[in-house]
Amino acid sequence: MTMFAVAAIAVLVSMALSMVRAFIGPTVFDRILAVNVSGTLTVVLISVYGFLDGRPDFLDIALLYGLINFIATIAVSKYMKFRDLGHPIDGPDEGDV
Amino acid sequence: MFEFLQTPVGPLPLADWISWICIVIGAFFAIVGAVGIVRFPDVFSRMHGAGMVDTMGINMILVGLMFQADEWIVIVKLGLILLFIFFTSPTTTFALARAAIHGGVNPGPKADEPHKTAKQETTSSNT
Repeated sequence: MTMFAVAAIAVLVSMALSMVRAFIGPTVFDRILAVNVSGTLTVVLISVYGFLDGRPDFLDIALLYGLINFIATIAVSKYMKFRDLGHPIDGPDEGDV
Repeated sequence: MFEFLQTPVGPLPLADWISWICIVIGAFFAIVGAVGIVRFPDVFSRMHGAGMVDTMGINMILVGLMFQADEWIVIVKLGLILLFIFFTSPTTTFALARAAIHGGVNPGPKADEPHKTAKQETTSSNT
């Protein structure tokens, strides 16, 4: 039981640290990175809490959260790159990410 | 689950020992990666810290949780989460790095730092 508490505390500490980078981060890409890291940390937090509570169905929520976090980060970085999610600007572009 | 996992080694059964070790390692790497995210000077070096959190930190904690599971389905779900994070974390970092380079962040050395060659650095540090 205490082992889950240790894992949860470590995840919360690293999430707080990444939030620090989200607030300080000079460029917007630091913020996207920090949000991405805290998103994946939330996945672990949900699954650890599922174990703490003895409810294994939290793992579905954690998996779903990981999926959505991935899509969100890709969409935001695509938006940052092309200023537009729809049609990319015409420039030297190897391919739409 | 496996009977030999429950054999008590000292105060705790073997499964708890393994998951304790995995969770402590994972927690250590998560915190070290997060400190790396805060302290690194450049967007691209911070991505290394983020990679450290994603791969070593989170996956070790999930492996540690696997040993605590009671049913098979929990282990399968944890394995799926682990696999998913394992494959998508580099992809997101790659997309973000492309966006950053496109967005004008200069991966090269800082403008104010004179570009020292390796030999120059050793001589300057020796004197």
